[in-house]
Amino acid sequence: MRNETKREPLFHITKRSVLPWYKAWGIRGGAIVLALIVCALITTLMTHQNPFEVFATIFKASFSTQRRTWVLFQNIAMLLSVSLAVVPAFRMRFWNLGAEGQMLVGGLATAACMICLRDVFPNWLVIVCMVISSIVAGAVWGVIPALFKAKWNTNETLFTLMMNYVAIQLVSYFIIVWEVPKGAGKIGIINQSSQIGWLPSIGGQKYLLNIIIVALLTVVMYIYLNYSKHGYEISVVGESERTAKYVGIEVNKVIIRTMILSGALCGLTGLLLVGGTDHTLTTSITGGRGFTAVMVAWLAKFNPIWMIATSFLLVFLERGAGDISTNFGLNQSFSDILSGIILFFIIGSEFFINYRVSFRHASKQEGKAHV
Amino acid sequence: MFDFLSFLPRAVMQGIPLMYGSTGETLTEKSGNLNLGIPGIMYVGAISGVIGAFFYEASLASPADFRAFPAVLISLLCALLGSLLMGLLYCFLTVTLRANQNVTGLAMTTFGVGFGNFFGGSLIKLSGNSMPYLALSATSSAFRAYIPAADNWGWFGKLFCSYGFLAYAAIIIALVSSYVLNRTRAGLHLRAVGESPNTADAAGISVTKHKYVATCVGSMVAGLGGLYYVMDYSSGIWSNNAFGDRGWLAIALVIFTIWRPNVGVLSSILFGGLYILHMYIPTGMNLAVKELYKMIPYVVTIIVLVITSMRRKRENQPPASLGLPYFREER
Repeated sequence: MRNETKREPLFHITKRSVLPWYKAWGIRGGAIVLALIVCALITTLMTHQNPFEVFATIFKASFSTQRRTWVLFQNIAMLLSVSLAVVPAFRMRFWNLGAEGQMLVGGLATAACMICLRDVFPNWLVIVCMVISSIVAGAVWGVIPALFKAKWNTNETLFTLMMNYVAIQLVSYFIIVWEVPKGAGKIGIINQSSQIGWLPSIGGQKYLLNIIIVALLTVVMYIYLNYSKHGYEISVVGESERTAKYVGIEVNKVIIRTMILSGALCGLTGLLLVGGTDHTLTTSITGGRGFTAVMVAWLAKFNPIWMIATSFLLVFLERGAGDISTNFGLNQSFSDILSGIILFFIIGSEFFINYRVSFRHASKQEGKAHV
Repeated sequence: MFDFLSFLPRAVMQGIPLMYGSTGETLTEKSGNLNLGIPGIMYVGAISGVIGAFFYEASLASPADFRAFPAVLISLLCALLGSLLMGLLYCFLTVTLRANQNVTGLAMTTFGVGFGNFFGGSLIKLSGNSMPYLALSATSSAFRAYIPAADNWGWFGKLFCSYGFLAYAAIIIALVSSYVLNRTRAGLHLRAVGESPNTADAAGISVTKHKYVATCVGSMVAGLGGLYYVMDYSSGIWSNNAFGDRGWLAIALVIFTIWRPNVGVLSSILFGGLYILHMYIPTGMNLAVKELYKMIPYVVTIIVLVITSMRRKRENQPPASLGLPYFREER
């Protein structure tokens, strides 16, 4: 160095070329382990329990009994289903934060068929109507922001977010219209005795049908996104709208078509929730999955197969955190704090996958410093 | 007959938390950060203030020792500190580590709401209250204090002088932010960072510094909104989830005000009015229709969003780089 006063900065950041997948997942795994250690420390501080006890509780929450494992898989299936619904839109860089609302209107349409058509049609026809109406309702709810985005470039993040609340109020309206008994403020189990409109259970397992449907959906979505013309067009629009226009892709058509698909799948999830498992309609039936799905999809880099792993991870940790709070006498919201911490670590770890930190003298190749 | 004299002050009180939230979010968005963590930050601000006031009240030997000034100061500082830390976390993840802003914001909302409800629940347990809420009436009365003579001024006193000091502070903060954004060099630099970070960087404006400062100040302002809600609007009573979805409404309000805090003063009061309108519209026995009226603020937001995008006036558009991370070497 000739000029003594001008020194290189302590470290600088460069973008990595693609990291091999095992290294990327190694970094993510490291972040999760670190996050779990932090969570265990916090839990130990709060409860004065042995941290290994805490880990055992997380594991037992999902695998100690057969029923718990079924519930785990049901929750994974539902979360994965919403995530599959939003992923085509996200690949197009269309931030669909309205999955909650699209699910709710799907569920609303399902419940409407179950209640209004139960005395008119036979069971199978009611189910057919449920499937069609829920998919159409979700698609309509999804396509409204898309139409405005395509025509006037209206900000879709905020539009879809607002549509959630419109859907919530619409559902609360119908809950009061259909409430049983009058004045209860809730619907209760729909068609409890006749079971009209309840999706059939396979092999006596209540959740199996949902799980099979979502598994099929995952494979179909993977093929659709990676091996079809539509999927290719979605990727091009997401990478660069100008390129898409230049090569002759009709961007507006792709946006509208993809959001119809995204909304329709959210509506289908609403059907599975209302018709398949819960058999009732509440405003909280979606359980915030529409927002969690954003993280599932993003963590998996919008790849449907990896999304199985990320949705498993999030559901597993959430159930574990839930059990920690009940077992150790903490308030239920403790699980939200733990989920938040784990997410922060995973979000932070993405940096070390995408960028390389090089220090001034020793030109280290790997950014070892974690969050 | 529509009772304006009881409706308007309630609309104002309902609107103040939204005003804080939207002013904070506007400052943040002007730097190009779309902080969807605002609902969480408002919860954290509220609970931090509550924690401060709770321990101050608990540390007193007898209730007679209570002094209004330290109580207000402690809870204000706690609320500011709590929301500042949340803002720093958001900046660290999105600016320094360049994480996706939507994902980070949603995670912060999960965390913040959980944080608020968890510590709220713990404090309720600590206070030994059998009811599921915590009452800080002494501190709250200090926050709610107004000119005593205002009671004798009839409608004028009720409409303009019946609020706690945080309500007036909200209006002042909104007007000052508007002035800073549009009339000062610092505001010009901040807007440049939000519109085109590449250009700003080339002109020698530190993008990182501006994003950090704007987001942290914005978070602190938003946190005050949470504090106002607990201490003034709900009379110092914390119950879990009472704050509801006001944080999201504050984000919606930013669009409604087309990114102008001074417009926010009136429009947040309007929103506050829309939020409680369902209590004032006579619906008779039909309770279901009330639920439809609650839709109004959201529908109005959507309409405004669509209209601003249709008119394409350049001064009414969101900051051009809103939601995008900035990495100098990526052109």
